Amino acid sequence: MGVLTEPASPSLGALFRGFCLIGLSGFGGVMPWARRYIVERYRWLPPGEFAALLGLCQIMPGPNVMNLALCLGARFQGWRGAVVAPLGIMLAPMAIVLALGLAYLNFGEMAPVRAMLRGISAVGAGLILATGLKMLYEYRRQAPAVGLAVLVFAAIGWLRLPMLPVVALLLPAAVVIALLGRH
Amino acid sequence: MPSLAELILHFALLSLLAFGGGNATLPEMQRLVVEQYHWMSAATFSELFAVAQAAPGPNVLVVSLIGLQLAGIPGFFAVTAAFCLPSSLLMYGFARWWRGVGDAPWRIAVQGAVGPVAVGLVLASGWLMAATAAGPGGWPAMLLAVATVILVLALPWNPLWWIAAGALLGLAGAV
Repeated sequence: MGVLTEPASPSLGALFRGFCLIGLSGFGGVMPWARRYIVERYRWLPPGEFAALLGLCQIMPGPNVMNLALCLGARFQGWRGAVVAPLGIMLAPMAIVLALGLAYLNFGEMAPVRAMLRGISAVGAGLILATGLKMLYEYRRQAPAVGLAVLVFAAIGWLRLPMLPVVALLLPAAVVIALLGRH
Repeated sequence: MPSLAELILHFALLSLLAFGGGNATLPEMQRLVVEQYHWMSAATFSELFAVAQAAPGPNVLVVSLIGLQLAGIPGFFAVTAAFCLPSSLLMYGFARWWRGVGDAPWRIAVQGAVGPVAVGLVLASGWLMAATAAGPGGWPAMLLAVATVILVLALPWNPLWWIAAGALLGLAGAV
């Protein structure tokens, strides 16, 4: 079990239902909705703790919102919560995406479908770019961080280098530089 | 076409590299399935990305669609699990003792390094998906992507509206 439940801890059922709603709320990513539900609607965490937990989930690899569900689930209901909360966020959207994917396999060749998907794809790319720019703006006063982001962008987006060597090389280097910079 | 085991292996490794989440790994997925192995065309990759955008939920689900396209319904579930499980196990192991970590210097250093790396990955992803959606000479799609960036940054509307607008513009033949 590991984590003992606190008095106000949401039950397994409440975790599942809550994360189901979060999973179904957002288009183009659900993180803003996760905050709204977890902090404002359900009050499972105060804002400061949510930010700290999110920061932790973002330094780990993997889908961020899934990591967040897993951490909250584990915190409130031990390993059972760590299984139930991520399932809550994934199951319903997976069913929808499976249905859409099967439709695409059958009708994806049709010209109007392809035209529509081209428009959505361009908008989707714009949504990701906007997210990236917002993230970059947070580092506007930190020249080394901006330099690192630009380096990664150039390596992956422009030179099209494989991700494993780029991340395996740049990430430890950046950690060491950050650690040295503190002394 | 790849075997299920091959797909699982590739996406399990990607899972552990996915700093910045599902969207941040799109460039590597495209490099793998389109450029290196030629399992699908760039146009198909771009269309699967669009299908995932048209559904609610975490943006990791594009991974499931790649599995469906390459290995049918077993591929859908196998690739989703392969991409979600390794990082989840790592996160679970880490979450058990993170309270003790607090503001340790190494933690702040790691955070300071992973953050900008994730930013670079997400920007590369957006840039590549725009270029892929546009294809050779497809400047209207590029223009639509740029317009989306400006509108999203200027107006706090639900992204659903922009996605719907993109679908309509596509249908109208404008992109």
